[in-house]
Amino acid sequence: MSFIADPIPFIITWLTRTMTSWGWPSEIVTVILYVLGALLLTVGAMVFTTMLIWAERKIGGRFQDRPGPNRVGPWGIFQTIADMLKIFTKEFITPVGADKVPYNLAPVLAVAAVLCVWAVLPFSKTVFGSNIGVGLLFLIAVGGLGEVAIILAGFGSNNKYALLGAFRAVAQLLSYEVPMVIVLLIPVMLTGSMGMNDIVAAQKIPFIVLAPVAGMIFFTSLIAENGRAPFDLIEADSELVAGYNIEYSGLKFGFFFVADFLHAFTSALIFATLFLGGWQGPGATNIPILGFIYLLIKTALVYFVMLALRFSLPRFRIDQMMNLNWKFLTPLALFTFMTTAVVNKVLPAGENLLRIGGLLAVNVVLWLIANWAMSSYMVRIPRPVVSGPRPVAVGEKKQAPKEEVAS
Amino acid sequence: MAHEWLYLGIFLMLALAVPALALIIAGLLSPKKPNTIKNSTYECGMETVGSSWIQFKVQYYIYGLVFLIFDVETVLLYPWAVAYNRVSLFGTLEAVLFVLILTGGLWYVWRKGVLEWA
Repeated sequence: MSFIADPIPFIITWLTRTMTSWGWPSEIVTVILYVLGALLLTVGAMVFTTMLIWAERKIGGRFQDRPGPNRVGPWGIFQTIADMLKIFTKEFITPVGADKVPYNLAPVLAVAAVLCVWAVLPFSKTVFGSNIGVGLLFLIAVGGLGEVAIILAGFGSNNKYALLGAFRAVAQLLSYEVPMVIVLLIPVMLTGSMGMNDIVAAQKIPFIVLAPVAGMIFFTSLIAENGRAPFDLIEADSELVAGYNIEYSGLKFGFFFVADFLHAFTSALIFATLFLGGWQGPGATNIPILGFIYLLIKTALVYFVMLALRFSLPRFRIDQMMNLNWKFLTPLALFTFMTTAVVNKVLPAGENLLRIGGLLAVNVVLWLIANWAMSSYMVRIPRPVVSGPRPVAVGEKKQAPKEEVAS
Repeated sequence: MAHEWLYLGIFLMLALAVPALALIIAGLLSPKKPNTIKNSTYECGMETVGSSWIQFKVQYYIYGLVFLIFDVETVLLYPWAVAYNRVSLFGTLEAVLFVLILTGGLWYVWRKGVLEWA
């Protein structure tokens, strides 16, 4: 095992040997190595987020025809580090009447929920986290933790905007979990295992080729789960000021920020792992470091597409968003699952052209039908007019009537 | 196999401990100068009227219920999906039947107007 081709196992073997030579029992050495690895991954991910925030702001700036951060360091690359240093010394303002326990627990839980995903992801052939047999189920379960954090934040803040944001989060994140969970059955089905390593190893042909519709549904749900444009109703700035994190300040707010950006990258990582073949690529089995690079390239590609969508699409209205999920994505996911299961069973097993072509053809047909149904049903519904024509600057200002019921 | 779960346990604890520790350090570093106006509930400068825990649309709750039904039933399919390569065509058709019943549920909910946001 050479250092260049596979550095991390090399270091691990070296560390194990060194510590065993000091006369430490092997169990303790294992625990120490696990703690070291987990610590490196959690802290590394959070530090990496500063780079992600810079990249997102810079790319977003370019998309919207402005320079983006460009003052601190070359190309503004140290902007987020400066921001982080500042936010570390900011005062924590706890609003009156806030429920202390959920209020303080929420930011920690938000970050922990995203970090936990990293525990099961395989990064290359030899470097992977916990190879548990129910990896995918763990991924879904941990994804739900983030929603708990948002609801805790909304309830704990004693603020109407925060509460509205939390309600929207309940409606949106829970709804989009339904097609996501249904669609994730397809990789499990094609692999015959829920372990993340097995799923990656089974993708000699990436699952995006075998199940493109499932991939599209999964991708859409992932963006919605992130709560980003065009699904950013949770923190719709112009309606809810900031949503669930409005009453937070200092590092507590910073953690929601970190969780948001890290979640976006992690989603891209999950998509690359489940549908684009993870670390699979030419030569990745022999030289594991190549697999890591392949995974990074795929993830960056998916992440870039997400950013492109975020910075170019307007926000959905809440009924449009719900319709898209319950009346389009969920039925489509159910039918995709059924057809894929049957067709894959009828066609001969193995990596032959017939099976790949058959699955692809079925997916194309499904997509055409879905497209037709979408265009015939989802016609543009005009927004109902609630008030009369507005006079422009006539007479004195009237006070708007108070609205207590959320929508 | 036990080692895998050990790593997961360590990771879960560290994932909670690292942000918590950072928050504690930031809490020690940050100034503490609370006053009444600063600590009041933020509502764009308005005085807060009434309780902040307002009533809300029942629709959110109904969506939560529908989610529960679908998610739990889908999770039941995961063990089947793991065994997919070993089941016969008949077993596959049975799973399809299960999903068809689920689709029937979706159709029912749709017809009942639960999915209308109005």
